[in-house]
Amino acid sequence: MSVLAEVTGSIGSIGYGLAAIGPGVGIGIIFGNGVQAIARQPEAYGVIRQNMILGFALTEALALIGFVVPFVFGA
Amino acid sequence: MSVVKLSGDSSCPVTPHLNSGCGFPAPNAEIFFLEPYTTLNIFGMDFVIGKTSILAALVSLIVATFFLAAARPRKMVPGKLQSLGEQAYLFVRDQIAREVIGKDGDRFVPFLGSLFFFVWISNLMGVIPGAQFPIMSSLAFPVSLTLMVYGTYMYIGMKHQGPIKFFTSAMFPPGVPKAMYVLLAPLELLQLVVTRPVTQAIRLFANMFAGHLLLTTFTLAAYYLLSPSIIGVLGSVTSFGVTVVLTGFEMFIQGLQAFIFTLLTAVYIGGSLHAEH
Repeated sequence: MSVLAEVTGSIGSIGYGLAAIGPGVGIGIIFGNGVQAIARQPEAYGVIRQNMILGFALTEALALIGFVVPFVFGA
Repeated sequence: MSVVKLSGDSSCPVTPHLNSGCGFPAPNAEIFFLEPYTTLNIFGMDFVIGKTSILAALVSLIVATFFLAAARPRKMVPGKLQSLGEQAYLFVRDQIAREVIGKDGDRFVPFLGSLFFFVWISNLMGVIPGAQFPIMSSLAFPVSLTLMVYGTYMYIGMKHQGPIKFFTSAMFPPGVPKAMYVLLAPLELLQLVVTRPVTQAIRLFANMFAGHLLLTTFTLAAYYLLSPSIIGVLGSVTSFGVTVVLTGFEMFIQGLQAFIFTLLTAVYIGGSLHAEH
């Protein structure tokens, strides 16, 4: 089978860029809504902050996996 | 015509300066594989004694000594050391155990506390001069900690809910249309058995890995740019300033990651103790 198109170079960094889009949007939503929630109900600060950090951690994992995978499976 | 040699070129030193005709030696994953000091062969298995294992032993010694020393002469009116130990204990109890697990979270405070302080001090080794290697950037350490956590919440879940109900209550969350279970049940099972431990280990590992790589890059850049030219000096000073700022940021991330690791452990244990309603 002949190769029609090929991408060479440091594809890992492109992969990281793509992997960071989703978590970037997600973390923005989490902290944006978290700050809004704290502004609406400052007395619930403790619970909101804790859940905010939890959501941040779960979302951030995707970007970090995208960062590490090129090192692991790269050339 | 100037020819820029790559840093892998044998005529270049390991750490060249600007204008020496050698390219910037960008750090890669190799900086995490340190030369072992010695390798012990015990019962046919190789035990590598290197910087990482010595630092890990040192960290566990520091944490154990601190809490033993703080708790040994337990007085009604606490001294400086004891009140510091109490602060540390209360932080884990009030911010993590009671907040997440609830009333019966108190009996998990020793486990959560040991985890938090071991992970935190291990991470902190990444910026302490002389050590400057975050232990958790070696995948084996987060993985073994995660296996410990995994075993704990699996055992607690099976003990408190019963071995079958533990899995069914996770696979069939209430309040979902019946037809959705075809899609949901395998995903929830995968989440419980595979995704949870894998992401918990990867999260800690990758954060420390990325942070150390970032600090190394800017430190090397500061050294590389240091040369008798205006661009070199300006770049070098800027790069050094960025390194200092990033070190502060990295210390924040290290504490946060230790907190998140413990928080997730508490969430998983809490989920095993009480089924979702």
